[in-house]
Amino acid sequence: MRILLIDDSKTMRNIQKSVLKQLGYTDIEEACDGQDALNKVPAFKPELCLVDWNMPNMDGLTFVKTFRQQDKSTPLIMVTTEAEKARVIEAIKAGVNNYVVKPFTPDLLSERITETLAKCGVGS
Amino acid sequence: MDASYITPFMTSIQNVFSTMFQLPVSIGEPSIKTDKKATHDVSGIIGVSGEMVGTIVLSMPADAAVSIVNLFTGMEMDPDSDDFADAVGELVNMISGNAKAEFQRKGVSISCPSVVIGEDHRVSTPSGTACVMIPCSTDCGEVVLEIALREAAEVDETQANAA
Repeated sequence: MRILLIDDSKTMRNIQKSVLKQLGYTDIEEACDGQDALNKVPAFKPELCLVDWNMPNMDGLTFVKTFRQQDKSTPLIMVTTEAEKARVIEAIKAGVNNYVVKPFTPDLLSERITETLAKCGVGS
Repeated sequence: MDASYITPFMTSIQNVFSTMFQLPVSIGEPSIKTDKKATHDVSGIIGVSGEMVGTIVLSMPADAAVSIVNLFTGMEMDPDSDDFADAVGELVNMISGNAKAEFQRKGVSISCPSVVIGEDHRVSTPSGTACVMIPCSTDCGEVVLEIALREAAEVDETQANAA
């Protein structure tokens, strides 16, 4: 499965990458902001995206809204420090399928990934 | 500064350190910062804007920062590397975001983090805003959270009075 990790922090991308590898996912592309991600989507054709909210150039919410204009079905998980209820609702309205608040344990992140893929009917 | 602004940061640093790398944090007695110099050599800085304005600084001695980043990333990192600064920035980002959530206000935004490393640097806080230092003790060393926050409306009022 092709997974796109979108986070401006390399540290956070590495942590998420290690969780994904433990789950057996190795086809991973990285993007450092929403615009970088949009540039990589056509060639990489992700089957799952993990997206941060606060990033320079283009934030995660704008990425989600733009991505959803062309793709209604690829699962998107927001992984962010934005934990207020209003933010979660805003992200879900924009089209994310699940939400993980930082800090997270590797177990929580893997649980949310597995749950999202099952809910969206995406096989590994 | 409203005392209720401080408690969320105490729980937040404990939550971030314990969740991400199982490092317990003991919180000491908060005090008002009077010295303008940075408390320690490594500063992770977040700006706050919107309904509340100010700065949040995670200040760490270099050796404590190296140990904490090592636990966080699982790697030995050179303090002069971009990756080290990235990890420090992500720590202060998580602490600030987590604490901000406790305020449950949609109109408060935090900036992307900046990191300054070096002896005797200075981090400016908004003028007229008290800076509260929260000492935090860990097995990696002593670190400090410095919170300088106030309501944006208070800033507008101060500026209007000054004009």
